[in-house]
Amino acid sequence: MMNSDRIAKLFSDCKAEGRSAFVAYVCACDPDFDRSLEVCRSLIKGGVDILELGVPFSDPLADGLTNQLAAQRALEAGCTQEDVFRLVREIRTFSEIPIVFYTYYNLIFSQGVENYARKSKEAGVDGLLTLDLPPEEADELINACKESELANIFIIAPTTPKERIAKIAKRASGFLYYVSREGVTGARDDLAGDLDERVAAIREHTDLPLVVGFGISSVQQVVEVAKVADGVVVGSALVNCIPQNLESTPKMLAAIEQKARSLVGGLTAA
Amino acid sequence: MTVETNEPAPRSVMPDRFSLPDEKGRFGPYGGSYVPETLYHPLKELNDAYLEARADPSFQHELDRLLKEFAGRPTELYFAERLTKELGGAKIYLKREDLLHTGAHKINNALGQALLAKRMGKKRIIAETGAGQHGIATASVCAKFGLDCKIYMGAEDMRRQALNVFRMRLSGAEVHGVEAGSKTLKEAINEAMRDWVTNVRTTHYILGSALGAHPYPGMVRDFHRIISKETKRQFLETEGRLPDEMIACVGGGSNAIGFFFDFLEETNVRLIGVEAGGRSLKEGEHAARFEGGKLGVLQGCKTWILQNPDGQINQTHSVSAGLDYAAIGPEHAFYRDLNRIEFAHAGDEDALNAFRALSSTEGILPALETAHGLAHAFKRAKEMRKDELLCVNLSGRGDKDAMEAARLMGVSGLPQMPTL
Ligand SMILES: Cc1ncc(COP(=O)(O)O)c(C=O)c1O
Repeated sequence: MMNSDRIAKLFSDCKAEGRSAFVAYVCACDPDFDRSLEVCRSLIKGGVDILELGVPFSDPLADGLTNQLAAQRALEAGCTQEDVFRLVREIRTFSEIPIVFYTYYNLIFSQGVENYARKSKEAGVDGLLTLDLPPEEADELINACKESELANIFIIAPTTPKERIAKIAKRASGFLYYVSREGVTGARDDLAGDLDERVAAIREHTDLPLVVGFGISSVQQVVEVAKVADGVVVGSALVNCIPQNLESTPKMLAAIEQKARSLVGGLTAA
Repeated sequence: MTVETNEPAPRSVMPDRFSLPDEKGRFGPYGGSYVPETLYHPLKELNDAYLEARADPSFQHELDRLLKEFAGRPTELYFAERLTKELGGAKIYLKREDLLHTGAHKINNALGQALLAKRMGKKRIIAETGAGQHGIATASVCAKFGLDCKIYMGAEDMRRQALNVFRMRLSGAEVHGVEAGSKTLKEAINEAMRDWVTNVRTTHYILGSALGAHPYPGMVRDFHRIISKETKRQFLETEGRLPDEMIACVGGGSNAIGFFFDFLEETNVRLIGVEAGGRSLKEGEHAARFEGGKLGVLQGCKTWILQNPDGQINQTHSVSAGLDYAAIGPEHAFYRDLNRIEFAHAGDEDALNAFRALSSTEGILPALETAHGLAHAFKRAKEMRKDELLCVNLSGRGDKDAMEAARLMGVSGLPQMPTL
């Protein structure tokens, strides 16, 4: 299957079912390679639709404490870029779930942009979301992704002015990601108030599926966001299950699967 | 595009120094704006506000007045007579940025950006600091203007620059210790950027070096350009000619680019930046980006970065907190490719020796950052003729380092710094 087709097919299946997609973020190799593979398996069993894999970076400046510590655990366990690709290859032996890398540009740039895109594609990755790469700086990566048939996912933020939304949408593929509030990643209790309007404003400029994330952590929030978005992203609330259960792998896997299942339940309630 | 010879580019191929950065924030292949989407538009607003302020004579006038009355400009160009005799070579001049209020060149930029923040209606200021000099300058300017101020500082730097932490708190700033990674400047910048991403509507981030995303590298340089303007005028007044060689230490590169800027097109003046050689040039033991670094993207800009083959940023080490950083300002990388600015490095030992030597020959206690530039200058002076002129940017004073230097020199029975 062509890589970015997995993404398109997923969103069209969800549309047919009349529901939003559930996007689960975890950091690759957190807390180590073997357990991370099992964490991904548990998330898939728990019913998530898209796997957003954080590629651990030494300086994750767009991430809150939960994800910083996740990256630190992965790097301390010796995780390399090669391990992250290997993780994807392992997942591909049992699942066709769309997989997106959530990453920082130096990790791509240092490997040679074209080479990195090719390796991602070969491993079974479907798209790249590069947190510190605005479309204005992304020519090289956009071309490489086209070449390798990878989706290039861009973020839209509350501070993004209207004129810029169209510009970003034009350069994006796969889906768009609306960060529902200013700030770094991390679970929060409240959602931004103007979500409906913002989502409507974005939809004026694009037919790409739109997922919403940053800070979503409860079933209630999933229900709310699923009303307006094509996909709901949950990260820190899932990642937290890992450090809370470091002493017991079965407990860790049960906790994350259960958490995923309960949050995924919010999609059909919407 | 690295040039392999040591001949500087002829004047004809030197770019107009005012043409950089271009509108995308680039210095040739370096610079740019590699930031999360949340910051992209606010940075554009900052750039617009800055360009407008720069063109407004009343802004410049107000800044000039503050630089004079609050910071103490112009700073002297000082002939280091005993040092010159001792070394027996070139005539050594020191540009005395250490005499500025708060003790280093950093106040030039802190004042400029704080005025800009006021103009933009931002009432909350954040900043990172390594040595604490930028933190002090920012805290002091915020106290003066009545702005809220929060400073991010690595926990290791808080330990070795305890005096500056105390001074920042006295000025009413909140100092936030950062425990991640090597607990130094890079981690402090990450944390400041996280704050900014969260509070960008109300907050201005006063970045302290010629680093980061556009417009910071060019804007910070502009605020420090006054150093080279004065130096040029002072040399013409005292010696009737320009110096043969100029040397500055390079952390992110703000004092160096400010000191070099008006000499970039004077291609007979040799310009040398000195990086921190640390304990050795082994990975993780130094901060000499041009020795072992390669092109990459960190904290907003594309430049030379110390990193491993996977693209993870290396830990760095220097005896001086202000040079202990994995990336170098993009404009330096650009002028290095043209062979216009050359780079050398000085190690911890050399810096400590220079720190002592300047104190004992001239009665001037330099910052440990500055001491790296001095260490290289001592070497160069001896190689130069007696009728040649060598100028070192004395970027800061060493009061903040006295305790740490004493510890490193094995002095016992030191008093403890009070915590506030
Ligand atoms: C006295 C002094 N000199 C130099 C530096 C290095 O910074 P830059 O390279 O931006 O001048 C610092 C930084 O803290 C400093 O305090």
